[in-house]
Amino acid sequence: MDAKEMIARRAAQELRDRTLVNLGIGLPTLVARFVPPGLHVAFQSENGILGFGARPPEGMEDPNLTDAGGGFIGAEPGAASFDSAMSFALIRGGHLDMTVLGGLQVDAAGRLANWMVPGQLVPGMGGAMDLVTGARRVIIAMQHAARGESKIVPRLSLPPTAERRVDLVITDLAVIEPTPDGLLLRECAPGISVAEIVAATAAPLIIPDVVPDMPLGGGR
Amino acid sequence: MRKSISAAEAAAMIPDGARLMIAGFVAVGSPERIIDALVARSARGLTVIANDTARPGLGIGKLIEAGCVARAIVSHIGTNPVTQRKMLAGEVEVELVPQGTLAERVRAGGAGLGGVLTPTGLGTLVAEGKQVIEVEGRPYLLEAPLRADFALLHAQEADHEFNLTYRLTATNFNPIMALAADCVIAEAMETVPVGVIPPDAVRTPGLLVDHLLERMH
Repeated sequence: MDAKEMIARRAAQELRDRTLVNLGIGLPTLVARFVPPGLHVAFQSENGILGFGARPPEGMEDPNLTDAGGGFIGAEPGAASFDSAMSFALIRGGHLDMTVLGGLQVDAAGRLANWMVPGQLVPGMGGAMDLVTGARRVIIAMQHAARGESKIVPRLSLPPTAERRVDLVITDLAVIEPTPDGLLLRECAPGISVAEIVAATAAPLIIPDVVPDMPLGGGR
Repeated sequence: MRKSISAAEAAAMIPDGARLMIAGFVAVGSPERIIDALVARSARGLTVIANDTARPGLGIGKLIEAGCVARAIVSHIGTNPVTQRKMLAGEVEVELVPQGTLAERVRAGGAGLGGVLTPTGLGTLVAEGKQVIEVEGRPYLLEAPLRADFALLHAQEADHEFNLTYRLTATNFNPIMALAADCVIAEAMETVPVGVIPPDAVRTPGLLVDHLLERMH
């Protein structure tokens, strides 16, 4: 199992039955592959559909049925489509139960930066600012470090996506819960020690007496 | 029965320097025929209000590559490296707007509202220079309405009175942009007689649509 799959599998353990969930582009889209059996989750794509499904077989794609990255998708029974204003009313209006997004940095206050690196990489925020502001739960699924540098930092050096404290950060090393008192280490990745996580994390961590291993669900 | 126009006639109506709303999401639901005609007539200095600038060779990406666009008001340019390069080189001015804020600013522009109050963007670069207004104890950013000279739409069906329908995720910004411009030009996949689209299925009433492109040949 590679790091991305492990992060996606752990994030999938946060899914709850009969909820509306938005997955960001990149790593978070993998979460849809690991929905625990028996759960009915409706995935929203902010370009205007709720209840989308897997990409149809080659030759059966509908050019008018795509995800937020422009890739072909399918639709599950009960799916609904809508315009962009309605899509963001769902996101901003408290109707979206959870979003899983990628991140460039999360800081000790639980703030997220994920939309630009000034002067270098400026993809734009797309729907990210609305998602972080409006979703009931915000889960960040990302690598713990990039080019050897911790992405979990004392204070953001990149422009924040929102003021809101995110609810959970899932990386290839750990599960961390931002709390009003700071970043609480909740779980270790299999085979990773607390000391290794502390050494790889630039921000201070609150370490409970017992830190269990990440549950990754069954299946494949 | 109303008369259709050619894509070239549509492009000729749109002067250099015009402010355009162009529907679509990574070009899905974008009016490709009108875009091609704007590229063919070498339009210059356009301001484009849209979700994104698609990809090179696709949708609004074609306008960017051909040098038609001076300014883009969009939520995302990550799918188009040409836009990113031109922005960093100072050839295209890019104003980034959160996607939900963009949708509501367009909606406000078309609905006669003086703006929207949204929590999105508080405490970020988006809030710079904007008024924060407290309502029932919560802070919101005041975001101004957006309007344009032209809205360029892509519909699934258009009937002979220019009533429009849209399909699935090709809907996106089409219905809200239809209200927010002085002149609305649409192209459709199918042109059908009046009555084929039941009133409940009409997403944009034909009275809002000034011009419809002739059917695809």
